[in-house]
Amino acid sequence: MSTGTMTMPATQRVGRRTRSLRRDRRWALITSYVFLVIFAIFFLVPPYYMIVTALKSDAEVAHMATNPWIIANGVTLDQFKILLTQTDFLIFFKNTAIVTICVVAITMVVSVLAAFSLGRMRFWGSSILATGIFLTYLVPDTLLFIPLFQIVKAIGLLNSYWGMVLVYPTLTVPFCTWIMIGYFQSIPKELDEAALIDGAGHMQMLLKIFIPVALPGIIAATIFAFTVSWAAFVYPMAFLYSADQQVLTVGTVTSLIRADVYKWGMLMAGALLAAAPPLVIYAFLMDYYIAGLTAGATKG
Amino acid sequence: MAEVALHQVVKKFGDVEAVRAIDLDIPDNEFVVLVGPSGCGKSTTLRMIAGLEEVTSGNISIGGEVVNDLPPKDRDIAMVFQNYALYPHMTAYENMSFGLKLRKFSKDEIRQRVEHAARILDITELLDRRPKALSGGQRQRVAMGRAIVRNPKVFLFDEPLSNLDAKLRVQMRTEIKRVHQKVKTTTVYVTHDQVEAMTLADRVVVMNQGRIEQIGTPHDLYHNPRTRFVAGFIGSPAMNFIPCRLEQAGSALRTRVSDTIALPVPADREARYRSVIGKELILGLRPEHITEPRHNGRADGRDFEVTLDVVEPMGMETMVFFTINETEFCSRVEPSAAGDAGAKMRLHANVDHMHLIDPASGAVI
Repeated sequence: MSTGTMTMPATQRVGRRTRSLRRDRRWALITSYVFLVIFAIFFLVPPYYMIVTALKSDAEVAHMATNPWIIANGVTLDQFKILLTQTDFLIFFKNTAIVTICVVAITMVVSVLAAFSLGRMRFWGSSILATGIFLTYLVPDTLLFIPLFQIVKAIGLLNSYWGMVLVYPTLTVPFCTWIMIGYFQSIPKELDEAALIDGAGHMQMLLKIFIPVALPGIIAATIFAFTVSWAAFVYPMAFLYSADQQVLTVGTVTSLIRADVYKWGMLMAGALLAAAPPLVIYAFLMDYYIAGLTAGATKG
Repeated sequence: MAEVALHQVVKKFGDVEAVRAIDLDIPDNEFVVLVGPSGCGKSTTLRMIAGLEEVTSGNISIGGEVVNDLPPKDRDIAMVFQNYALYPHMTAYENMSFGLKLRKFSKDEIRQRVEHAARILDITELLDRRPKALSGGQRQRVAMGRAIVRNPKVFLFDEPLSNLDAKLRVQMRTEIKRVHQKVKTTTVYVTHDQVEAMTLADRVVVMNQGRIEQIGTPHDLYHNPRTRFVAGFIGSPAMNFIPCRLEQAGSALRTRVSDTIALPVPADREARYRSVIGKELILGLRPEHITEPRHNGRADGRDFEVTLDVVEPMGMETMVFFTINETEFCSRVEPSAAGDAGAKMRLHANVDHMHLIDPASGAVI
């Protein structure tokens, strides 16, 4: 009888612990939602502003008295119409698409082959070479464009978007190779040993085993190469100067800003259209990206 | 099907010698198990046979042909890995047929072989599933199926049951034995589990520190170990070892293990041991050879009394632990005969199964 009054009954102790766990969990959830909302607002404000401005008339944009966050004088698609019919926007778009498709293709072929040999085929100096490749990525393009200017000029590709197809891979290949090395190394070594015993050569192993298994990594690398190529600014700024060769990033800015005149409505419409392809690519590939294809290969 | 032969095979990783000049002849159709503790060189040996590791020196031949410089695919072997190594993006059928496709077999032949292997392994209804939709045991069956369809000269197994839970391991062990009885392909099987080795093997190869300690049938290794290592490694629980001195007692011999306990040497062993009379030796006796007295009271000097430290009932038998001269002993007794911890118990040493070991060389005398 006395023990009951002196010590806490077991059920009461368990109950208290459960309640405190539940309270901790609730606070963790509340805190994470608060920060998620703050970050969501922070990142969604610029696109919102872009959309709102793109759907306004020039007159409303210029009118200082109206609230810039809302459309007061009605929605209009004039900015898009003018942008697509009276500027070189479609040429920029086409150039960017050509450059990006070529760069992504070149990058993926080079990176996958390089990463496979560096990540899986151990040879003398392979790890130093892998680190060396990554180090080249750390040199910023703002430093590289001066020597690259000489190279691009020497091979006659100055003021040609094909020059971009040549120089963008200097940004994309090192990083994509690095990502792919990590992916290839995470694939259990027994898988290539099994393939070797099954009779596969290195190329068959790469095409039939490694690429399908490392698809999430390849997609991550593709997204990276696409984004870098689509959004590159420094190189086209330095190497391209005529409108027929220009790409979206620089072309939109140079053709829609004349001295101190900013065509805000069209700039925002252009930015919106330029941002659409990456969004579509992300949305389309994200499912593949997340799907863990390696599940079930080995124990675990 | 083919015989496998290793002649003076050495494998070095830098300065470390993982396999030290081993010789091994495996006849056609035999099931050989390489067993030993971690780092003893058993897996390296298997991988050299597979062609996944280069041989530093010596020769490996399969079917009479030296294969040292042949790539794995040209050795006509099939291997089952510890972690299955199934291709995750392929179905069980595709996994099993991958090697045949690469070797340009016709579709009909591939289907026929895969279906035949699937019937042997009872996985016909799993052929459309990907590895992630299979349980551990099913994955290991598919991995075995991938080996069987190739109809290779040699099967290599690298600790294939280590990732499975205890119950499934016993089940798959029987399965592997059953498959071998059906297909009768020469098999080299690596494990660190001596129970697996004993139950599966036609012959067991015990390895230690890169060397072969002993090759023999499971029965042979259990009853006639040649070294202390083999004596201690084979058998579970392990053999008891205690320092002793061999004494002359009239015309007979006896081993003195403590002031109060001296066990007689069987008459048929006296000639063998006569040269080591008076020497400090190690007595080895398995737990199953120390039991409650079963001789209807006719004491023959082989009984002794101990105080039990720990008693572990296992159901069909009870393990009792006690100490003699600060050396822990384990014995396997009838559950009804075992006392409680702390109680005294009379035990009987079946010295017909004793081993005397030279402490310097570790060799069984």
